[in-house]
Amino acid sequence: MSQHTDIQSFLDHDQKKDLLRLLSAGSVDDGKSTLIGRLLFDSKKIYEDQLSALERDSKRIGHAGDQIDYALLLDGLKAEREQGITIDVAYRYFSTSKRKFIIADTPGHEQYTRNMVTGASTANLAIILIDARKGVITQTRRHTFLVSLLGIKHIVLAVNKMDLVGYDKEVFDSICNDYKNFVTPLGIPDIYFIPLSALNGDNVVENSEKMPWYHGKNLLQFLEEVHIGSDRNFDDFRFPVQFVLRPTLDFRGFSGKIASGILRKGDQVMALPSRKTSSVTRIITSNGDADYAFPPQAVTVTLADEIDISRGDMIVLPENQPRCDRQFEAMLVWMDETKMDPYAQFYIKHTTNSTRARIDLVRYQVDVNTHEQSTTDALSLNEIGRVVITTNKPLFFDPYQKNHATGSFVLIDPITHNTCAAGMIIDKMNPADLHSRISEPELKKLVEGGKSLISQQELTARYRQKGVTIWITGLHGSGKNMLAFSLERRLFDLGATVVLLDGSTVRSGLTRELDYSPADRAEQLRRVAYISKILNDQGIITICSFISARDDIRKQIAQIIGIERFMMIYMDADLQYCRNNKPELYEKAEAGLLSQLPGYDLVYEVPNDAVFDLKPENLNENIDRIVDYLSEKAVFPADINE
Amino acid sequence: MINNLTLNNLRELEAEAIHIIREVAASFEKPVMLYSIGKDSSVMVRLAEKAFFPGKVPFPLMHIDSKWKFREMITFRDHYARENNWDLIVEYNREGFESGIGPFSHGSKVHTDVMKTQALLQALDKHRFDAAFGGARRDEEKSRAKERIFSFRDRFHQWDPKNQRPELWDIYNARVHKGESIRVFPLSNWTELDIWQYIRLENIPIVPLYFAKERPVVEIDGNLILADDDRMPPELAAKAKMRKVRFRTLGCYPLTGAIESEADTIEKIVEEMMTVTKSERTTRVIDFDQEGSMEQKKREGYF
Repeated sequence: MSQHTDIQSFLDHDQKKDLLRLLSAGSVDDGKSTLIGRLLFDSKKIYEDQLSALERDSKRIGHAGDQIDYALLLDGLKAEREQGITIDVAYRYFSTSKRKFIIADTPGHEQYTRNMVTGASTANLAIILIDARKGVITQTRRHTFLVSLLGIKHIVLAVNKMDLVGYDKEVFDSICNDYKNFVTPLGIPDIYFIPLSALNGDNVVENSEKMPWYHGKNLLQFLEEVHIGSDRNFDDFRFPVQFVLRPTLDFRGFSGKIASGILRKGDQVMALPSRKTSSVTRIITSNGDADYAFPPQAVTVTLADEIDISRGDMIVLPENQPRCDRQFEAMLVWMDETKMDPYAQFYIKHTTNSTRARIDLVRYQVDVNTHEQSTTDALSLNEIGRVVITTNKPLFFDPYQKNHATGSFVLIDPITHNTCAAGMIIDKMNPADLHSRISEPELKKLVEGGKSLISQQELTARYRQKGVTIWITGLHGSGKNMLAFSLERRLFDLGATVVLLDGSTVRSGLTRELDYSPADRAEQLRRVAYISKILNDQGIITICSFISARDDIRKQIAQIIGIERFMMIYMDADLQYCRNNKPELYEKAEAGLLSQLPGYDLVYEVPNDAVFDLKPENLNENIDRIVDYLSEKAVFPADINE
Repeated sequence: MINNLTLNNLRELEAEAIHIIREVAASFEKPVMLYSIGKDSSVMVRLAEKAFFPGKVPFPLMHIDSKWKFREMITFRDHYARENNWDLIVEYNREGFESGIGPFSHGSKVHTDVMKTQALLQALDKHRFDAAFGGARRDEEKSRAKERIFSFRDRFHQWDPKNQRPELWDIYNARVHKGESIRVFPLSNWTELDIWQYIRLENIPIVPLYFAKERPVVEIDGNLILADDDRMPPELAAKAKMRKVRFRTLGCYPLTGAIESEADTIEKIVEEMMTVTKSERTTRVIDFDQEGSMEQKKREGYF
């Protein structure tokens, strides 16, 4: 009976313990797997039969002589075991009476940076291993940099293999000083130094008699006692709506995980992006209704008013709102074997929100070993850089260092669907910093150029017109070419001198080596813009009919040609009209035979700066409007006395 | 009055699992929860009920019946699904069943492949599920330690351990092409002790076979096998003796060994678990087939 009570109270106590997630960084040579194996072993969580299986395995492929090879407990997959290295991220579990621990065990070599970043993303604490014989080495710097990049607040610097340096205090002190010197600028709040020997168990779970000069905590003791409760952000309430729960007509709940901050029943809240407000009527937790909720609880919230909220929206407090923007800067870790394609439209997943995103610019790349910055156009596997990202719709975010949950995101390859990058938001873009992609070097060249012996006045007098570009944008099948050719005919009949440039004409020669990727589309438009500029310079009116789906590219075209003589017309046709007009093209896209079709699987950004938004149905009326407009602006016929 | 801002281990694991389950319901067209009737499945099912409370869970349960499960499991399954208003799908490999595949006649390897792995793959294809929840835990077995929570499967349901999608924070990549799918493991971070603690805390019903009771068992190759029905070969069945036993895991009865035990409450089970140290999967006969056998099975599509 008393035994029964013992187990009852044991379980009652046990179920109150909290959870610590930690990352172990280091390589096989540092004895990392041995250290973890020892932690697991000595905390008496390795079951008897796993041990006997281990003894059997050790005899065959063990690397530790006659002793038990603790590393064998950990390296899960067969191929890895044979190579003797841990390749992926493996998660290990052990408990003591005070805490449960989850160890993300990741390999230490540079080619596994992405694995370490993955393991670090969920960790509260990192154990960084140093071989006492080697001291602070390149790998230590790399690991520490990654830990700080991922915002881990606690580091244990485990100076291992103290047995091999005679348990010498001076060696330990010197390593600690070296480490402090370089770690200070990184601003990691909590760093603890422990001298140990994983192989012999010194200072792992018991204080070592071999190092009486060390008066600090042993590793397990530190892990059990480190305070992580205040690491979470309880200040800024953010609730990304994950799922709308609507079981009956009179119940509408918004389910999700509290990303940060505290929500109280009765709070006035605001939904983003609608900015509508209401008050919280119920907070349903996994354990019934509650008066308040905090991270990382998964709850369902009901509101007093019927406001339209869907997945991807965010519920916040009106007096404490996140950034809401389509553009931001971030540190990006490239994780895909395939190098970043700076022109690709990625999927971005941020909180519960999913949309398209593109990388506008790689500001610089950081060397993970030296922390030095260098310039690059694109990141490759395991490379880290600071980038500018633009998304298709606004995201609600905070800087990562302030709020991990709302400052983190992943990029997904649009074709393979692999998770190709992990990002940590730094901040909103400064608008003055907006980049332009086709451009900067070319724009500088525009200043120079040969001088014609014919003046603009002479040209105007000869042609009775000013050289302008009439740029027609719109989807495939929206009637751009019909308008372009009819307009050319009308202007010609009226005596104007006109050149028409359209996709098929240009592609038949001038741009024949280019394909339909976003990068090549941009290049094609760049060439067209320069031709148009040259013709305009000579007094010729050009009509350019191109899909030109991206707003930033159109803006750059306008800059090349000259904003004052760039006149944009948008063919405002809905997808159904375009489909009826060019059925074969859209059928191909639907059958998956054709990709990157703007408006279909590539975004078409509707311009908000067009001179005219025209419906394709009213062809003659459209042409009249354009001709009248040209006359009104004295483009054609021009005032020859001007 | 705010007096606590920390979650204990169990509540944190619970919150993580609920978040995962909701994410799947929101991201996939046709998810399914695979239900093995074991204790882990029972916890997972309860978490799904909680995730959508007060609504109904928006996906069905599916049990792959190898036709050799303990009879008590089937009774429990049907009762639980009915009582808790679940849509329950039961599938089995008809061809394998009709050709009489079973562990006694064909051995554990053939039986597991045909009646479990193949049956599962057929069922997933038949219903065109794009996501399937499983109750596996990372601490169960070495190869699971590296598996993602959202674990990608190609069109042939294969797992490629060398080519897994990176998984960071709590952001899960749910994008698949047609025919591809994701296996989802909301209990990835739970340990066996967590499962028992949670069952105790939440009063979750589990199959009575987990509790010690006098049962007729036969000792085969060191394993105590329950004489559950008359398909056990008579020469073996004749050796059955009543012994007080319980099961640490549940599967096909001829492939699942019992342990002698006095533990007839959850508290006693935990006590036994903490003192009598035998890791739980050792009572599953299939793991002994070959080194790395679980990894092999998982590559082929087994859970």
